[in-house]
Amino acid sequence: MVSQIDDAADAFILYDAAALAQWSSLARRSVRHGPTALTARAVMTHFSALELLKSAVTGDKHWTKQWPEAEPKEEYDVVIVGAGGHGLGAAHYLAKEHGITNVAVIDKGWLGGGNTGRNTTIIRSNYLYDESARLYDHAVDLWEGLSQDLNYNVMFSRRGVMMLAHTVHDVQSFKRHIHSNRLNGVDNRWVSKEEAKAICPPLNIRADARYPVLGAAWQGRAGTARHDAVAWGYARSASSRGVDIIQNCPVTAIRRGPDGAVSGVETAKGFIRARKVAVSAAGHTSVLMDTAGVRMPLESYPLQALVSEPVKPVFPCVVMSNTVHAYISQSDKGELVIGSGTDQYTSYSQRGGMALIEHTLAAIVEMFPQFSRMRMLRLWGGIVDVTPDRSPILGKTPVPNLYVNCGWGTGGFKATPGSAHVFAHTIATGEPHAINAPFTLERFTTGRLIDEAAAAAVAH
Amino acid sequence: MILIHCPYCDETLPEAEFTYAGEAHVVRPDPSVSDETWRDFLYIRSNPKGPHAERWRHAHGCGRYFNAIRDTVSDRVLTTYKAGESKPVLPGDVK
Repeated sequence: MVSQIDDAADAFILYDAAALAQWSSLARRSVRHGPTALTARAVMTHFSALELLKSAVTGDKHWTKQWPEAEPKEEYDVVIVGAGGHGLGAAHYLAKEHGITNVAVIDKGWLGGGNTGRNTTIIRSNYLYDESARLYDHAVDLWEGLSQDLNYNVMFSRRGVMMLAHTVHDVQSFKRHIHSNRLNGVDNRWVSKEEAKAICPPLNIRADARYPVLGAAWQGRAGTARHDAVAWGYARSASSRGVDIIQNCPVTAIRRGPDGAVSGVETAKGFIRARKVAVSAAGHTSVLMDTAGVRMPLESYPLQALVSEPVKPVFPCVVMSNTVHAYISQSDKGELVIGSGTDQYTSYSQRGGMALIEHTLAAIVEMFPQFSRMRMLRLWGGIVDVTPDRSPILGKTPVPNLYVNCGWGTGGFKATPGSAHVFAHTIATGEPHAINAPFTLERFTTGRLIDEAAAAAVAH
Repeated sequence: MILIHCPYCDETLPEAEFTYAGEAHVVRPDPSVSDETWRDFLYIRSNPKGPHAERWRHAHGCGRYFNAIRDTVSDRVLTTYKAGESKPVLPGDVK
């Protein structure tokens, strides 16, 4: 555990450099677009220990903007709606792996301001079904090299995810998951309650607990990452390859030509022609797809999370419990990051009911009595788009040249690089990658669902 | 916590007394319909950003199902009505 914390401390230093650069770019927002923007692309600083050292002795004055502000052009090869991790990631892989750089990523707010900046940063791939295991494990594979790939520290920390079993049913269900995962080459193993306690000392394993811990599933390869850095890293990389990132510009409608194919998008800054449109808009996907005449099997729910005051390192891994319904980890800043379930009703309000938070915190205190006097600092909600089978929709649509990446529900962050990677493949080639081929929109007509809902590893 | 008026009990009570039961007025089609129509019935919901007709059950009260129209932007319940009644027209509705 000590080495993990050391890693985190190292990561924090580099992250600070990135944050500094980000702030200095904010300070220089007045820089004009056009040729200046192109110059900024050309001179983007490569982050390294040497650069950090150089800047330390020269007063931190040479950091360049991480990405230039962009005004929309009249036409793009690809317009991606939604500048979260999934959308920006798709732009990065389109540019890097498919050579498609005439791309705009458009967001109604600031980049990474939706669910990318609102999740609890947990990364794992211990899903039951073969299709899901391949998709989420592809993401974990990419997470491992992401900081190097982006030259941006996303602070991926392989601190492990523990899923607690409190009932006989939990034990059976988790062991089934473990066997399924092992057959799929996904790391996951059963640990006794004593082993669980050894991994995570704050855990209460007393037999007289209201919901006693009987054991746990442990995925050591899982962990967390710095969610904002993922969006920033992808934005910086995509932008340096020529992608325009257009913020604070709501897309109001998707337009189709006389042949039925996509012709572009209506935005707050006017109509933008596009040969292909890729929607990666999370909670607002169904609203947007409706404008293209495509009805989606999605409902949007608020999902809440909260953080405590920062404290010294007390919590070495991620712990989740479906039975008492809460999940918790500690950020490198020291805050306890706590996630709740969705509210029961659909909503676009980005906030939820306090009763759910009370319920979540009761569960946390039950499992970790030492946190009973922690003060909670901030509470927020994000709008998650939920499919009937709790698996994403990632691929083509009935509209030619319109692609969609949605339906991640309560667990999209963990899939960010894998999802973005196969989505870029789908957009570039017009056909799904083998990994996302099962995640079609048609499965709701054929009945070939990927039903992670009933037996899911996810907390619903 | 949203406040909901139960049209049977004629009381406005906190959400904790109620259970959400999905979109209202979803009509089950004849089983001989096409796969697309059956999909629409099973899986496609309107999911609007704005007024949404939905079912609630007064689980910790009279136990009955009723319908509500709630604004999904503000979460405010605009009106509630008994099961079986047709959807009321609200001011501002597109005719």
